[in-house]
Amino acid sequence: MTALGDVLHLLFTANLWQATLAAAVLLLLPALGGVISERSGVVNIAMEGMMLTGAFFGVAADLAWHNVWLATGVAILAGGLMAVIHAVVSIQFRADQIVSGIAINIFAAGLTVFLVTRVYGLQDVGHVGQSELLPNIDVPGLDQLPFIGQVVFQQNVIVYVALVLLVLTHVVLFRTRLGLRIRAVGEHPQAADTAGINVFLIRYGAVITSGLLSGLAGAFLAIGISNTFVPNMTDGRGYIALAAMIFGKWTPFGAFIACLIFGLGEAIYANNSTIHISQYFLSMLPYVITLVVLAGLVGRSTPPASDGLPYVPGSE
Amino acid sequence: MSDSAALAVDMRGITRQFPGVLANDHVDFSVQHGEIHALVGENGAGKSTLMNILYGLIHPDSGEILINGKPAHISGPRDAITLGIGMVHQHFMLIPVFSVGENIMLGREPVTGPDFYDHARARTAINELTKRYGLALDPDSRMGDLPVGLQQRAEIVKVLYRGANILILDEPTGVLTPQETKELFVVLRDLVKSGKTIIFISHKLKEVLDISDRITVMRRGRVVGHLTTKDTNEEEIATLMVGREVLLRVDKKPATPGAVMMTVDNLTASSDQGVPALKGVSFELRAGEILGIAGVEGNGQSELMEVLAGTRRATGGKVVLGKRDITTMDARTERDAGVAFIPEDRRGTGLVLAFSIAENSILGRERTSTFSWNEFVLRLVAIRDWARRLVKEFDIRTPSIDVAARNLSGGNQQKVIVAREMGSQPKVLLAAQPTRGVDIGAIEFIHRQIVKERDAGAAVLLVSAELDEVRSLSDRIAVMYEGKIVSIEPPETPEERLGLLMTGGGSKSAA
Repeated sequence: MTALGDVLHLLFTANLWQATLAAAVLLLLPALGGVISERSGVVNIAMEGMMLTGAFFGVAADLAWHNVWLATGVAILAGGLMAVIHAVVSIQFRADQIVSGIAINIFAAGLTVFLVTRVYGLQDVGHVGQSELLPNIDVPGLDQLPFIGQVVFQQNVIVYVALVLLVLTHVVLFRTRLGLRIRAVGEHPQAADTAGINVFLIRYGAVITSGLLSGLAGAFLAIGISNTFVPNMTDGRGYIALAAMIFGKWTPFGAFIACLIFGLGEAIYANNSTIHISQYFLSMLPYVITLVVLAGLVGRSTPPASDGLPYVPGSE
Repeated sequence: MSDSAALAVDMRGITRQFPGVLANDHVDFSVQHGEIHALVGENGAGKSTLMNILYGLIHPDSGEILINGKPAHISGPRDAITLGIGMVHQHFMLIPVFSVGENIMLGREPVTGPDFYDHARARTAINELTKRYGLALDPDSRMGDLPVGLQQRAEIVKVLYRGANILILDEPTGVLTPQETKELFVVLRDLVKSGKTIIFISHKLKEVLDISDRITVMRRGRVVGHLTTKDTNEEEIATLMVGREVLLRVDKKPATPGAVMMTVDNLTASSDQGVPALKGVSFELRAGEILGIAGVEGNGQSELMEVLAGTRRATGGKVVLGKRDITTMDARTERDAGVAFIPEDRRGTGLVLAFSIAENSILGRERTSTFSWNEFVLRLVAIRDWARRLVKEFDIRTPSIDVAARNLSGGNQQKVIVAREMGSQPKVLLAAQPTRGVDIGAIEFIHRQIVKERDAGAAVLLVSAELDEVRSLSDRIAVMYEGKIVSIEPPETPEERLGLLMTGGGSKSAA
């Protein structure tokens, strides 16, 4: 069979699309966080580091207490705490948000490696037992639907959570008072401030929410998809989520579509044993897609007007 | 009714120090109920600081504020809003991508269910307000699509929606056309009739005299005069503002136009957005005359100046300088051919803000043999001598020529540009908004320099959003509307006729 034929064949298997959705959700969680953060005017490229931190603490907590829900909570909090750093540095002290984000990513990579060697010695972290992983749940009745059943309704619990969060984020941002205020703060903080809205509070909330979501993604990666922590296991997914957010023009559903495209690339790679294409080429796929998408397909998309700009009260 | 004897606003002994500047120095400021009170002063006089204190955006170091006779502690805009104070900022506090309704409601949104924004109630509330005050406005249009006049109207409705009884308007006419200004004044008078009190910040003296009941004048952080409008005049206010007598009228001899210096023939060009901005512009510019271009901003004036200066490409037509066709020349060649350009964006295109005055004073001429050897090594001594001369001749207020342009006031920044451009003894001077955002004192100076340049034989093309400036400086006035020159008029043409031409009415066929 030709390589193209292999890929075409693969595209008609439910397995591939099931894996695509799972991979997409792993990107969707931080991407939603990015949408919320940047809609409030704070650029967050630290999702990578927040995810990584979440992944480590999720595994550590799971190994210590043998409770996956507790561990997931710890992972979420760990991501949130990293976000607090980003918030304090970039909102309170008005530092450059890109620099702060990069610093957090480097810090997270160093911190997790340090803790691995410190807590677990030089050996690896160890594996979380099957029963202590985030469970896969087959939705009764729906999981037997042809094709769709396997793709959508035989998934990890986090996938369902993420899909709910997707809708929730959209509704909050575009239908509620809170969302109007978040967007106002990201577009024109002076206008929001003079209208009596607490710009700092909104931005803190948005940045920390993005950290919580990234932490959850870390848990999904480490104690859902995988069962252990490996240094740098996020492997650039935080950045790909960032690209997805931009591709999706700072909207939740737009970001989701972008995540599906990137997820498809990952799923094809994961199924490379059935394709006669160099696996090295396939492993490049998600990143190549990212570049192509950012350079060409998106065109010019307009970020929130005050994205990345610290707010100085009383300034114009 | 509340106690009508009490003052609406009574600020006493307000002092606020900023690093290096005493922005407000024991300022007393009071406003009576139901009056339009003008607060005037030059840039940096402390008007905005005082109003930002009243609105809670800045906190005073000392002093007290009484609102309606009661001591008030205003720690933020929220407090000000509660006290019935509303502010229409100079730079609109509007979000272009939001609807008019969302902009007006922001901060006080009607909500249904858990937290859902209630479009229906928002619409009803706005329609009620706009009907009561006669301010037609569609709550569903996108703010960014509205003309500036309507955006400002939305700002006013926003303030009224918050229940303001005291309205602060910061330089409200700066962005308006003469027609829009008239409409605004009608609105303001109606608001006063319905019991509102208005504080009107401005440095346009004619408007102040037209609209206000009383005037407070500030200079360098202090109040230097309380005036009753009907007992004062432009000269008195200007003298108080500047601290010396100011010549408000431009003093100039009749022009003695010489040979044609520049011929523009059927010129076309596109805007940054790629839409046609110039649709066939033709005129002749003679030595020793000032041709003023009047027009509402955005009718092609900016594009015209850029094409003539060589920073924008023409899509058709011809520009001839003397006998040379310069249509396709770049800015450097045009400069060498004797075209000087004062761009409208002083900070973005006119100066390199991080450069010193000396460095800025030779921008565009750094390759000439006066300032460099072989177009390569700068002659630093010559440059410094030159800069010192300009600083002296053009009265640029600065401690030294090594000060970064960023640290100069707007007026002095503009003087640096004017000095540089005029210092090259140009054949043609293109001046775009030469006095925008500049103090009265500096305006007077720049106007004199432009006239001097004309008398020295230069051909001057002037673009200004200020109709008064165009009328007082120009020897002929070309009115631009939608990318065309609709008419060329003599300088004594009444303002009403020019205003009409600028908005597309009353056109006689173009010359």
